Amino acid sequence: MIKNIVLCGVGGQGTVLASKLLAAAAMEKGFEVMSAETIGMAQRGGNVFSNIRISDGEAMYAPMIGTGEADLILAFEPGEAVRMLPFLKEDGFVITNTRAVKPTTATLTGSGYDAGPMLEYLQKRVADGHLMQVDGDSAAAALGNPRVLNVVLLGAAVRTGALGLTEDDILRVMGKVIKEKFLDLNRKAFALA
Amino acid sequence: MHSEFLMGNAAIALGAIAAGVDLVAGYPGTPSTETLENTAKYKPEGLYVEWSVNEKSAMEVAAGAAYAGARTMVTMKQVGLNVASDPLMSLEYIGVKGGMVIMVADDPGPISSQTEQDTRHFAYFSKLPCFDPTSVQEAYDMIQDAFAYSEEYGTPVFFRPTTRICHAYASINIKDADEYKKNSPEGFIKDSKRWVIFPRLSNANHKKIEARNEQLKDVFSAYPRNTILNGDADKGAADTASADQSGTAQKKGIAAGGISFALAMEALHGRTDARVLKVATPHPFPEKLAVEFLTGLDEVLCLEELDPVIERELTYICGKYGLNVKIRGKLTHDTANAGENSLDLVKQYVYSFLAEPKNVSDSSSQAANEAPEPPAIPIRPPVLCAGCPHRASFYAVKVAMRRQKTIFCGDIGCYTLGNAMPLDMCDTCLCMGAGINIAQGVYRIEPDTKAFAFVGDSTFFASAITGIINAVYNQAEMTVCILDNSTTAMTGHQPHPGTGRTMMGEVVAKVSIEAVLRGIGLEFVETVDPLDLEKAVDTVKRAQEIPGVKAIIFKSPCVAITKPKGKAAIDPEKCIGCRKCIREIGCPGIVINDGFVCIDDSLCTGCGLCAQICPVGAIGGEVHD
Repeated sequence: MIKNIVLCGVGGQGTVLASKLLAAAAMEKGFEVMSAETIGMAQRGGNVFSNIRISDGEAMYAPMIGTGEADLILAFEPGEAVRMLPFLKEDGFVITNTRAVKPTTATLTGSGYDAGPMLEYLQKRVADGHLMQVDGDSAAAALGNPRVLNVVLLGAAVRTGALGLTEDDILRVMGKVIKEKFLDLNRKAFALA
Repeated sequence: MHSEFLMGNAAIALGAIAAGVDLVAGYPGTPSTETLENTAKYKPEGLYVEWSVNEKSAMEVAAGAAYAGARTMVTMKQVGLNVASDPLMSLEYIGVKGGMVIMVADDPGPISSQTEQDTRHFAYFSKLPCFDPTSVQEAYDMIQDAFAYSEEYGTPVFFRPTTRICHAYASINIKDADEYKKNSPEGFIKDSKRWVIFPRLSNANHKKIEARNEQLKDVFSAYPRNTILNGDADKGAADTASADQSGTAQKKGIAAGGISFALAMEALHGRTDARVLKVATPHPFPEKLAVEFLTGLDEVLCLEELDPVIERELTYICGKYGLNVKIRGKLTHDTANAGENSLDLVKQYVYSFLAEPKNVSDSSSQAANEAPEPPAIPIRPPVLCAGCPHRASFYAVKVAMRRQKTIFCGDIGCYTLGNAMPLDMCDTCLCMGAGINIAQGVYRIEPDTKAFAFVGDSTFFASAITGIINAVYNQAEMTVCILDNSTTAMTGHQPHPGTGRTMMGEVVAKVSIEAVLRGIGLEFVETVDPLDLEKAVDTVKRAQEIPGVKAIIFKSPCVAITKPKGKAAIDPEKCIGCRKCIREIGCPGIVINDGFVCIDDSLCTGCGLCAQICPVGAIGGEVHD
């Protein structure tokens, strides 16, 4: 069996660390992992996504996911969740942060963009009980460090059970991926959502 | 052996290290950059790694070391190979003693490049062997093969991954340090008949190269990474006969290379009704293997990104051997002739080729037809970061030159993003260093135009200096603006000659941009902090009063690698809501919330540019002074 995960957000939100934690936890369990990342010019405030694929032995060739194939979308920004929604399986899960990141173009042109319509659309399109809206920024800010947003959201994603990984699986590998001095903070963040 | 989760570029670096590479040189360029960085990160005792000033330097340094018997690797992106093509085309004739791998990362899309050029053509053009990995694991294994072939045949070889290999991660099996190959380079042995290129030597070596490449066609036909999968031929004669009787003999084939092979295998998902040719060495092409693959087929679909290299080879082989097989792909308009191959696209190609018009995601697209229209998702073009000093530099020139006839020639780097509204300060951009000369060309035709060229500090060293000498020598009128943020920012902050640090971790004398410019003969060379708007504008204006070639060095470090100076704050009592700050500089750190102009604290670095623009002095807080 292969689990397909899409991580998406805006450059600089920390999607790469979240995908590394997932990969490390899956490898620890003996699974094979592949991922594809957005790196480079698009990182400067552009929309970024990662594809992560975890296989328990089924043949896997490419790191990329097709439309209708994702078991879970982990979105750091609600508009980006909508953008990647075509990749979701019919019964797939969506975990989305609720805070919108406004692009400079929207500010310049005065065109409105906010989270409301994005979240409403997700509510209509995602199967009942499969959508989780997390105010990850507030949760991270409550811990005193907005940079742990990624781990807050990852905690929510793992608890859906859709990844085939448990909370313990992630906690066990945190020490390998995250620096010692940030470990305690990240453990707290992971337990939060 | 052990297993690790590695980025493709890290896998290539570790593969090179396992092959005993002695020297690595390169110039940063997406998607190749992390390869050299990882050779430095995992550097074993005795390995020398450098960021060269440009790809031509890197190629020549690596060639010299390979002349001395070392195993060398040179890394660059596809357009970097254009810069290095001069030494490359001659090196082809001279060859090497130690194994030399030219790692060139191609960028289908393109995602972060000017062109969608295909390095496999460069391999054909330069007559060098080319290795094209299909996965991260294969990249690790194959680069070790590449070193071995290079050394055996005394020629540099290409290793050409694409973005989806370079920037993919996978859990792969890699060697432990005690399994690494160890070399002891023999040193350079003087032999002018071998190492000095003369027409007679080139003529003699040309014949040898052609003969070698003929031989390599056979050698590569037996190279296990070039292979036929799903073949009914390898099931044995009896099976083939029975297959013929039951009418299930394969009549269709798929030929693929690189990530497109991996996508094709995903699309086939275990089905065996199409024979598959995996092409690991697009040059020299494994001709015998291809004939074996083609024999008995009616039709072949070629799946590859960029140019139709495999498709042309197969079409040629069909003609040469009189095989009546229809070859499909880009040339027959069965597949797209530009852009990346996604999994959806490859599935669509494969299903329609196998005469099974099965929609890629019939269930979800059916649902999508019934579902409500999604709300408009904002487009997010890349922009200069909040607090980026380039924004201030562009703005200073814009303000100083208002209402005058100008041309602003841009270049390659973060500052290409100066083209975005509202700055709109990049009228041209072509390739590394070109802006300096393009400004001169425009000036020659329109002498009443105030010509400006903007160039970054790393690009200055890489390829701007000769252009400035050209301007001085030929008496051009122009202002060169060096946007010096003391790093190679766009590719992830690599050191360069102006930073005083090398990839070996040494602290060395900085090469002074100002001294270089004075050495060339420029009289007006001024360094200014772009975040001091008034002074920066004044400097630009003063430069216009002086004839000839002038240079302004706008010096302020990249915000991505320096501590924020503070946070701006808007006094809501004073703010009149004119939005001049937004209209003039378009900083992502200034947003509108509920109709009020606000500072986004998570982005603001306290550069203070907006505070200097506000007509009513409403912006304060802790900002740069």
